[in-house]
Amino acid sequence: MSERVRRALVIALPFAWLALFFLVPFVIVLGISLAEQAIGIPPYTPLLVRGAGGIELHASLANFALLAADPLYLRAYADAVLYAAAATAIALLIGYPMAYAIVRAPKAWRNTLLLLVILPFWTSFLIRVYAWIGLLSNNGLVNSVLLALGLVRAPLPLLNNLFAVELGLVYSYLPFMVLPLYAALEKLDPALLEAASDLGCRPAAAFRRVTLPLSLPGVMAGTLLVFIPMCGEFVIPDLLGGPSTLMIGKVLWDEFFTNRDWPVASAVAVAMLVLLLVPMGLLRRYLAGTTAD
Amino acid sequence: MSSAAGAAPHLRIERVVKRFGPQGPPAVDSVSLELARGEFFALLGPSGCGKTTLLRLLAGFERPDAGRILIDGADMADVPPYARPVNMMFQSYALFPHMSVAENVAFGLRQDRRPRLEIERRVAAMLDLVKLGRLAQRRPGQLSGGEKQRVALARALVKEPKLLLLDEPLTALDRKLREETRYELVAIQERVGITFFMVTHDQEEAMSMAGRIAVMTEGRIAQMGAPHAVYEAPATRFVADFLGAVNFFAGRVEAIEGRVHRVASAEAGATLRVARDVALAAGREVVVAIRPEKIAIAAAGDTAAANHLAGVVEAVSYRGEASTYRVALASGKLVRVTAPNIAPDARLAVGTRVTLAWSAEAALVLEE
Repeated sequence: MSERVRRALVIALPFAWLALFFLVPFVIVLGISLAEQAIGIPPYTPLLVRGAGGIELHASLANFALLAADPLYLRAYADAVLYAAAATAIALLIGYPMAYAIVRAPKAWRNTLLLLVILPFWTSFLIRVYAWIGLLSNNGLVNSVLLALGLVRAPLPLLNNLFAVELGLVYSYLPFMVLPLYAALEKLDPALLEAASDLGCRPAAAFRRVTLPLSLPGVMAGTLLVFIPMCGEFVIPDLLGGPSTLMIGKVLWDEFFTNRDWPVASAVAVAMLVLLLVPMGLLRRYLAGTTAD
Repeated sequence: MSSAAGAAPHLRIERVVKRFGPQGPPAVDSVSLELARGEFFALLGPSGCGKTTLLRLLAGFERPDAGRILIDGADMADVPPYARPVNMMFQSYALFPHMSVAENVAFGLRQDRRPRLEIERRVAAMLDLVKLGRLAQRRPGQLSGGEKQRVALARALVKEPKLLLLDEPLTALDRKLREETRYELVAIQERVGITFFMVTHDQEEAMSMAGRIAVMTEGRIAQMGAPHAVYEAPATRFVADFLGAVNFFAGRVEAIEGRVHRVASAEAGATLRVARDVALAAGREVVVAIRPEKIAIAAAGDTAAANHLAGVVEAVSYRGEASTYRVALASGKLVRVTAPNIAPDARLAVGTRVTLAWSAEAALVLEE
């Protein structure tokens, strides 16, 4: 086997994987999104129909038109992005000091602290979200303690609201924020901070002029790693948000499993993907800019 | 400030002690020294001798456990690094990778909120001084080692500190560039007139650049003085050994005739004659030190010299401008001799019987 063939094979392998498990499913979903709902198995009309003049294409953008016309979908999209953005900001505000503290911790402690960040992954995500119900419900642990201590007279409304959703989002995705930030801060040469100090920077100025700009790739990576899956999150708003908080992931679920309207559900999914491609594209441009140096 | 401050030395280090951890000897052990304004001073020592710790104490990155550091009479004890009139050139250069060369150099001036035009003027002048004007917009990642080194120098000099600290400034450069940069660094120091305090483990670097050197070992300064004075008259065996190559002969003082000490040495297989200004007591155990380049080597040697030893050439290391011979004496002792290669075929072959000769003034008697 020649060098060129071998090299082509090595490169082809990941491409084949991506084509098989990402591109093909996406094309299927895209196809369904252009069809119409039907009673039967599968529950949508075929795209290609054998007609009088050969094979005809029966595709329509009606589902996308529906998404654009119905304020419910638009609101669900907007809310999902808004909630995810807020939770991302909170995760960044908590995660940055955490990552910074781990980097600055004594060497013997560092691996233990990192392990603690990853430790929640040993329990299923779903179970951890359920656990929050046990903590936050009216007769849950938090309210029981507060009532027993006499700090509140009636249970606080901690569950089935936006607070619970944000809490769940931040809690679940915090490790994905901390890890890239840790990686970025860990690479920072301590001599750079000494140089900044030597050149007249107080600690706050050294942070602003050296640490922060050099950790921006980590901030960017963490933000997108957290923001994108949060936008499509279904479990957290469904379990913790109650009926009033509507995120697009939950709408998608309802269309698929409650309404059994696969074409509309597919259209929701395609629209969401397009929506997420915008921040992804921004990240790619940003990373290309920083690595060019 | 009192009028005495003007007369006080520029930098004064008074019995400074620094320990890391309660056990073990201090990294810096009661070091005192004084520098005059505009001096180029080099602190020389093997790794782990405490020289870098002393430098970091001067920069303010470490705090002394005892003693004082004064700059122009002002005690630096409670002055943090960012407020000291001191700048440092880091061994790793520590250039800010997210900033251009010009931004790196401007960093300290911007932090001091100097006017924009002044910053531009001073940065441009400094980049001219280190011959980097055309690379002003490059990022550190796009520079060669020598260019980075000059950016680091410019960045530390642009604030016109009272004292510039240089931590192994040339170690990261390759050999040829290192030698060129030595002269350049000395020329720049003479032009700017700032006091340079350099730390290095390279004795050649220290001796060729600095006006005054100090040899440090185990946290203490072993000897301080002009480079030739320390090289020619090392006070201890450690200093003699650390500053260049040297042969040692253990022996005992037999007799003293005027300045000349007669030292009986079993290792040399002879009684050596060594001149010494301060007389030692007869019977004392001493070490005679003689540098390889001060020994004459010849097949038909000079037996009229004050010291002459017979031996056999055991190995030759040809270095172009000179050759280094390893000569075995009858006692088994190996002596290192360096001789310039003046005639093209004057080199001595392995196995040649030779006589080594040197004058009484060329060697030293050390009390260990």
